[in-house]
Amino acid sequence: MAAPKIIVVGGGLAGLAAVIKIAEAGGNVDLFSIVPVKRSHSVCAQGGINAAKNLKGEGDTTWKHFDDTIYGGDFLANQTPVKAMCEAAPGIIDLLDRMGVPFNRTPEGLLDFRRFGGTLYHRTAFAGATTGQQLLYALDEQVRRYESEGRVRKFEGWEFLSAVLDSEGVARGICAMNLRSMELVTFPADAIIVATGGNGAIFGKSTNSVVCTGSAQAALYQQGAYYANGEFIQVHPTSIPGEDKLRLMSESARGEGGRVWVPRTAGDKREAKSIPENERWYFLEEWYPKYGNLVPRDVATRAIHKVVYEHGLGIDGQPMVYLDLTHIDRATLDRKLEGILEIYEKFVGDDPREVPMKIFPGMHYTMGGLWVDFNQMTNIPGIFAAGEAEYQYHGANRLGANSLVSCIFGGFISGPNAVAYAKSLKPAQGDGGHAQELTRQRALNQQLLSSSGTENPFRIWRELGETMTKNVTVIRYNKNILETEAKIVELMDRYRNINLSDRSQWANTSFAFTRQLWNMLQIGRVIAQGARLRDESRGAHYKPDFPDRNDEKFLKTTKASYDAAANEPRFEYEDVDIQHIAPRPRRYDAAS
Amino acid sequence: MAEKLIQIEIKRQSGPDAPSTWERFEIPWKPGMNVISAMMEIAANPVNSSGQETTPIAYDSNCLEEICGSCAMVINGKARMACTALVDKLEQPIRVQPLTKFPVVRDLAVDRSVLFENLKAVKAWVPVDGTYDLGSGPRIFPQQQEAAYPLSNCISCCCCMEVCPQFNDATGFVGAATIAQVKLFNSHPSGKVLKEERLRALAGDGGVQECGFAQNCVQACPKQLPLTEAISDVTRDVTLQAAKDFLRA
Repeated sequence: MAAPKIIVVGGGLAGLAAVIKIAEAGGNVDLFSIVPVKRSHSVCAQGGINAAKNLKGEGDTTWKHFDDTIYGGDFLANQTPVKAMCEAAPGIIDLLDRMGVPFNRTPEGLLDFRRFGGTLYHRTAFAGATTGQQLLYALDEQVRRYESEGRVRKFEGWEFLSAVLDSEGVARGICAMNLRSMELVTFPADAIIVATGGNGAIFGKSTNSVVCTGSAQAALYQQGAYYANGEFIQVHPTSIPGEDKLRLMSESARGEGGRVWVPRTAGDKREAKSIPENERWYFLEEWYPKYGNLVPRDVATRAIHKVVYEHGLGIDGQPMVYLDLTHIDRATLDRKLEGILEIYEKFVGDDPREVPMKIFPGMHYTMGGLWVDFNQMTNIPGIFAAGEAEYQYHGANRLGANSLVSCIFGGFISGPNAVAYAKSLKPAQGDGGHAQELTRQRALNQQLLSSSGTENPFRIWRELGETMTKNVTVIRYNKNILETEAKIVELMDRYRNINLSDRSQWANTSFAFTRQLWNMLQIGRVIAQGARLRDESRGAHYKPDFPDRNDEKFLKTTKASYDAAANEPRFEYEDVDIQHIAPRPRRYDAAS
Repeated sequence: MAEKLIQIEIKRQSGPDAPSTWERFEIPWKPGMNVISAMMEIAANPVNSSGQETTPIAYDSNCLEEICGSCAMVINGKARMACTALVDKLEQPIRVQPLTKFPVVRDLAVDRSVLFENLKAVKAWVPVDGTYDLGSGPRIFPQQQEAAYPLSNCISCCCCMEVCPQFNDATGFVGAATIAQVKLFNSHPSGKVLKEERLRALAGDGGVQECGFAQNCVQACPKQLPLTEAISDVTRDVTLQAAKDFLRA
């Protein structure tokens, strides 16, 4: 029998990790990516990667990493896979080290670790302030090595549109669009791994990259895949507001001693540095004396929101607070944080070594995603998912520096499992559904190209982003979410009256975007409705009308499935695996 | 009060073989705008300054934080990343055109796959034994890490190749970015096992000898890589390797 053929969609950390495992096991991989894989969104991760190596004499253990992750995620994550991830993390760091990642070092030449939010241990390995970039490059280099040996074929500049499913609903390949020639092709495969990242674009402006639309996950959802915990999105407490996007200011700024504050007097016009200590309010340190500035992200985000909107203490009346590093000496800042300080300097124009940074919370991470089992397979046989595209490792809130480890771990699990699945796969009947899927996708393209309406897709997208950001991020009220749901239905109607200002069939980026837009509308609806139905507060999901966690009703995974006839989501709930750690109240303001 | 407008001219080309033309736009100014947000504005309202409907601009972009390396283009005559090109710091009309040393795909989007091919040719990786658990990596002292880290910051934007007078079809020069990666991997404790192969790949036509010491690369690099230092170090090693190979033969 020929070696199984695996397709990996997405060339970020999770996708590349899967490719490496498959190639190493002797399999052949076709790797699809919208952008050259070295330009994937994983490069944006800044602060570090968690692993309980216990190199600082603190008595850290993988169990404590596991407990911090489950507690930080407010007990919504299934515990067995999270436990396995935390146990694998130290070995993953060693592997990355062997691959040449330039991690920061101690004087003795060992790996250095910093602190991050949601833990009291130095557990975060880091490479300057560009850890994601360095990790992605290390995996990209290993994949390039396999590519030069002929084990991996790259299809860069191709966009996944859908899975090819046979008459029994088993995956037999994918349909993809060449983003230059706009040609549609179906590619055969015995198993598919989807590692296409998060969906920040649904919120308009976010810290995510342009390609993070969640389109691939949405296409699979419309083909029958469950979408889990969609309502859980992470709003990062410290982002830099911008015209084109929100830029992340890494949690490592606080990990290295950065302090968040506002002037105690509303509308204080003085320059930040001239405001005396006793006229500054370090509200995180006051409210959370144990964790201080390093409370988990959802907690910090709500605190900043409260100080700005309830206390009216935003800097100069604007929705912004200070993130201050100016008490730390320049040499230390440059050694540990140079990359992120440069970002602030380049995009804002002020030197954060001299002037406190102005920051505000922004949409950052997608905790929810494609539902997968403990083998990383979705409910569509043969389709696996890994990385931010699936829902498995972060529960109701992700801890800082857990994303990189979850991407690599998910990739490492999904790769061998996809190979094992493919080896036992029975041959397809007929063409396995290829001709039918190609016809369906061609018809969808034709429909868009022949539309002669009046609606600009980029404006529909802006309106989607505005309503999602306003009503479905930090503070959620059912009345407002209903408004967003109605707005999305309106936008879907208007989508049918689209005006493609470019109908050419060569490198037509707005055409590709318009196809993604429909998928964004679909998942936007899943996020909004999921949030409305969950009448409790848990992790990043916060409803003032239901301020407490309700384990009796909602210690459950949300599973959305697509009802094609009604063109809307259906919801069901699944019990969470809590066999290792009994749920306890999540209180960062008191000893726990 | 009249709305403040920004003037921007973009060189457009509908495909690799199509003729190019300049198109002018007037866009409402907003604080903190960069060249990317100007093009996003055009996409949402694709009308040029003569009031004619037109198509959105095709361009490469992804992270918009100058770390993915996608959005390199020539802005007011300078090869740079569009995401960090702040409108308020640019003379108007802002003139934007694609990189000139790489095949145009459409408008501002170009094909830079040559760099990734070069990285294959010089085996820019650490040949690990496998991904199974083999314990921790080699000890690396902070001084070594501090020397390696800047080289590992290369974002593959290709600005160094764009501005290099020697990077052209006649020389086949690999360019500074690839040479810097050779230095990076040759200095890694286990990466250097492939050192000789990498140096041989950079000997002869298209290799380090093509460098004309114009030093444009180091000026243009948005991530301040020590490119000229890397080229001179690698050139020395290539020469030594060639001498060794000659004596062995």
